Amino acid sequence: MTEQAAFIRTDLVAPRTAPVKTTGVVGFARERLFNSPLNIMMTVAGAILLWLILVPTVKFLFVDAVWTGSDRNACLEANVGRVVGACWPFVQAKFDQFIYGFYPADQRWRVNLTFVLGALLLLPLLIPRAPAKALNSGLFFIAYPVIGFFLLRGGGLKGFAVHWIADLGSGLALSFQEAGGRLASTATAGAPGQVISFLGRLVGWIGDGLALLAWPLAWLRDYIERFHSPLWADFIATAIIVSLLMFVLTGGVRNGWRALFTSIAIFAGTAVVIAVMGLDRGGLPIVDTRAWGGLLVTLVVSVTGIVASMPVGMALALGRRSTIPLIRVFSIAFIEFWRGVPLITVLFFATYMLPLFLPGNFTVDGLVRVLIGIALFAGAYNAEVIRGGLQAVPRGQPEAASALGLSYWKTTGLIVMPQALRHVIPGLVNSFIALFKDTTLVLIVAIFDLLGQLRASFADPNWATPTTLFTGFAFTGIIYFVFCFGMSRYSLFVERRLNAHKNV
Amino acid sequence: MADAPRKPPLRLVARLRRTLGGQAGWAGVVIQILFVAAVVWIGYEIVENARANLQAQRIASGFGFLSNTASFAVSQALIPFSESDTYARVFVVGLLNTLLVSIVGIAIATIIGVAVALGRLSPNWLLARISGGYVELIRNLPLLFQILFWYLAVLATLPNPRQSISLLGSVFLSNRGLVVPNPVPQPSFGVFAVAIAVGIVASLVMRSYARHQLFAKGEKLTIWPFALATLIGLPALAAVMFGAPVKFDMPELKGFNFAGGARVLPEFAALTIALSTYTAAFIAEIVRAGIQSVPKGQMEAGASLGLTRGQTLRQVVIPQAMRVILPPLTNQYLNLTKNSSLAVAIGYPDLFSVFAGTALSQTGQAVEIIALTMGVYLLLSLVTSAIMSFYGWRLNRSLAA
Amino acid sequence: MKRVSLALIPLLAAFAVQTAQAQSQDKPRDRGTLQSVKDRGTLSCGVSQGLPGFSAPDDKGNWTGLDVDVCRAIAAAIFNDATKVKFVPLSAKDRFTALQSGEIDVLSRNSTWTLSRDTSLGLNYTGISYYDGQGFLVRKSLKVNSALELNSASICVQTGTTNEQNVSDYFKGNNMKYELIAFGTADETVKAYESGRCDVFTSDVSQLYAERLKLAAPADHAVLPEVISKEPLGPVVRHGDDQWFDIVKWTLFAMINAEEYAVTQKNVDEMAKSNKPELKRIFGTDGNLGEQLGLTKDWVTRIIKATGNYGESFDRNVGAGSKLQIARGLNKLWNQGGLQYAPPIR
Repeated sequence: MTEQAAFIRTDLVAPRTAPVKTTGVVGFARERLFNSPLNIMMTVAGAILLWLILVPTVKFLFVDAVWTGSDRNACLEANVGRVVGACWPFVQAKFDQFIYGFYPADQRWRVNLTFVLGALLLLPLLIPRAPAKALNSGLFFIAYPVIGFFLLRGGGLKGFAVHWIADLGSGLALSFQEAGGRLASTATAGAPGQVISFLGRLVGWIGDGLALLAWPLAWLRDYIERFHSPLWADFIATAIIVSLLMFVLTGGVRNGWRALFTSIAIFAGTAVVIAVMGLDRGGLPIVDTRAWGGLLVTLVVSVTGIVASMPVGMALALGRRSTIPLIRVFSIAFIEFWRGVPLITVLFFATYMLPLFLPGNFTVDGLVRVLIGIALFAGAYNAEVIRGGLQAVPRGQPEAASALGLSYWKTTGLIVMPQALRHVIPGLVNSFIALFKDTTLVLIVAIFDLLGQLRASFADPNWATPTTLFTGFAFTGIIYFVFCFGMSRYSLFVERRLNAHKNV
Repeated sequence: MADAPRKPPLRLVARLRRTLGGQAGWAGVVIQILFVAAVVWIGYEIVENARANLQAQRIASGFGFLSNTASFAVSQALIPFSESDTYARVFVVGLLNTLLVSIVGIAIATIIGVAVALGRLSPNWLLARISGGYVELIRNLPLLFQILFWYLAVLATLPNPRQSISLLGSVFLSNRGLVVPNPVPQPSFGVFAVAIAVGIVASLVMRSYARHQLFAKGEKLTIWPFALATLIGLPALAAVMFGAPVKFDMPELKGFNFAGGARVLPEFAALTIALSTYTAAFIAEIVRAGIQSVPKGQMEAGASLGLTRGQTLRQVVIPQAMRVILPPLTNQYLNLTKNSSLAVAIGYPDLFSVFAGTALSQTGQAVEIIALTMGVYLLLSLVTSAIMSFYGWRLNRSLAA
Repeated sequence: MKRVSLALIPLLAAFAVQTAQAQSQDKPRDRGTLQSVKDRGTLSCGVSQGLPGFSAPDDKGNWTGLDVDVCRAIAAAIFNDATKVKFVPLSAKDRFTALQSGEIDVLSRNSTWTLSRDTSLGLNYTGISYYDGQGFLVRKSLKVNSALELNSASICVQTGTTNEQNVSDYFKGNNMKYELIAFGTADETVKAYESGRCDVFTSDVSQLYAERLKLAAPADHAVLPEVISKEPLGPVVRHGDDQWFDIVKWTLFAMINAEEYAVTQKNVDEMAKSNKPELKRIFGTDGNLGEQLGLTKDWVTRIIKATGNYGESFDRNVGAGSKLQIARGLNKLWNQGGLQYAPPIR
């Protein structure tokens, strides 16, 4: 039974107003800028802030700027007769120094060539779909640093691998023999003395063993020395030995042919490089690293740093995950040490104190020492990034590999590492950006990178004007920003590509 | 006839093998021995070389120099320091300056960082863009570049002391820094301090009582007016009863400089600004990622409970985001502390520039001094990490409960 | 493919070691600095980061100055080639560490001779190439006429120098207040002074004149009359290599003696033919003094041909023939009323 309705509408309800537009410019503005009193306030404040920042910047950089001139008088208000903004002639005058430092002007083509080579090798590496990644990365990470070294620094080669390994072997043997002798001679009476003296003798014997091992190579080296061109003789000897070794190790007559051909191809390529660069004839004139500077040093330090820190980082990451106790402990201590000290102290140590700790007959070029310090420092940070990647690899993967009977190294090298590295590309790019920014610290140990050259140029009284400071900072700031911003965008792009499957 | 079951391997041996060599077993033990031998050999070579080199040159060694007179002045010391003090005191002065700039920097960086992160997440489009622009700009310029910029550019634009910008004739800004009146404690300062302490304790008690009530009965108590009254009222009462607690030492221009007052050095200001704005950009990204890691449903659930956006953020989202935020945030704090050693580029007397700079060049004992400096930074890192781990552990515990 | 690259790793490692060794040198401790310099083919010389008149690079990176000439003279004495020097620019703070560690062979960088540097730093001062003293540079607009009027001033100084300590002594001794701001390099210090961070820039007087040239308006700044300390500057070597110590020491003495006997860059060849017994000894036509040093008989001829005598070098770099226009003053020869007095070469 229904009750009688008390009220029946007789006319239509008036249409409601249309909902607020949420699309288009007006709608967007309403939705995202002016939808509440607080938001309106924020918007106004933001707009004012932008106005206060952008207008003076644009005025300084373009409107009021001076574009031509030969010395400071071009940028002085008294001479121009108006407010002076940026003093671009200052940058023009110092441009070469900003890029090359004191690199001799007639040799600068070498720097340019190195830059171009690097760019050519790097671009295909960065494009995910480009072919021949293995060859490309091999060229970039192994061949390019070596070629770059001879291009930038100059100089030639006197011997090849036989020489190096023979020298290294005999050096090691000598060091062991000396240390053993010293230990044996410091031995005191009594049981500990006996132990120490025995240890000393043992170390000495290890040295003798090493000397025996190195002896055939040493003989070969001395034999090669009698040739007309020791370098080529050594090179051919190395090529033969290494290729044969490869051939035998990868299965000999049955299936070692591919390795043999690869090895021969690599050596042929090396030979071409040696011949073209004239390394057997003394190479290009040597430019001491003291003369390097500006953007060149910034790039050399950062690129070498990242290339050299990769193997360090991988080794440390594996060491930290290793089940072998001492290796794990050492890796953790090593990583924590480098992450706990400021980079400046590392650089100071590498630059001014390292020679104290090296044996007497062994010093390294100053820039190389800084590079070693930076590589170890960056390696410790990379180790943490790579470790994150290793932990992201599903446990089933290494277990499956073990089930197939792969050894630890094969499991790591073929299954785990490739997957981990793919995961951490964005992280590695980020740590590369950090490294690139940290290269500026070398100016504190008197190596003039881009920022160092900038600061040195401020001391030039020919360009002392009120706006020189800001002009220089604007110019170098733009360079740094372009590099870092480009890299961070690339890192984002890779990240999106890697995560594409997650948010289909 | 079935084979007799084989004996199980000796448990003890297997265990030993596992602890000594990990998964690699006895091979692992051999590897370790070789590895340790290599490390020992390298270490031995290093020490031996250093010893021989130092002996050959008869450079003084040992830490005896720490008790020698330093005989140089430092532009900023938190503890009384004069030229006749020892190198040990120089070390302390430098360390305190490093800590000061780090702590102030960390505080400011956290505030800016959180503000920028909230700005980036704000529904206001313009604000989000500006915050994003700030992060991109600051992150992509080297820190040393920014420190030099702040120092040189700001110094270049400030007037000299005689034309300094003054506020009410008591605060002066010039290229000698910011001079503010310096509070000098009077006899009644003790009472005043006690009053403040009592006020703080009372507010904390009120807060915990209010929380307790909230959890127990579900009623919300408004306590902030009472807390404010206690915090301001008690000290004010003390001041009225016992006389003013501090007298302000007003700065005035005497000769070249301001006499009296407290000064913020331009070096300190430039370093703090650069460090805190730089680190803030990273903190902003960390906080943003942390907040975004909390499922969207949490925010919506908060809204459906009738909480405001701010309340939801404060009481629902941020506590959950903290777990994600904390480890990288710790790293940023440590980075800031380590980066404070860049002070050496602008002459702020921090540990690295005073101790590993001036003291090193006067005593020449590089090995000891650099070892001490590195050790201090390591210690700072480890202590900070430990504090943060403890905090993280507590947070996890409270969230798990 | 992978295995091949794996096999290449040891090769690369060996190559890296090799390149390091290619630049390797024997440290003085083993075979003497002289031998290691000869093996390397260049002298590694620590200089300032740019102090006009003493050691400063031009736009092309060529170094000139009084301190640079000492290095060139040593290189000329060893190699008969004054260009075989690698200049290592060092800040005051880092200079002694670099010398101690063997990074450089000789430090010729306006460094003051003090007892502590001679002993606990493990260094040897070889002589005095410039008698200097510390002074103050101020703006003329401050209308200060004496250092005693500098009460409560802010003072810019380069860290790691004797200047830092001298200022403390002077101001304390005169009961004056001051604020000392120490910077890492000379350029930073001057920049800070110029931007008004300090009222006073203090350093050795010679440096004040040199750094004043780097200011935008040098005429607006004046050096106060007070000289508050003794700053004997000279080349420094490490402890523990007496032969090298002698070579550096006598290279400087040879330049000073040459001025005394009026041997110049121009007339050195004629003078070498002279029959005067003292000149014959100097030029090695009589006796073998150079060989006793470990050099050649004609070592002095080489030095003077390369850099000229002390007076010529002084004039060219800091004296009347240079922008600095510093008077010889104390650095005149002993027989002209100055202090420069070199032991005889005999």
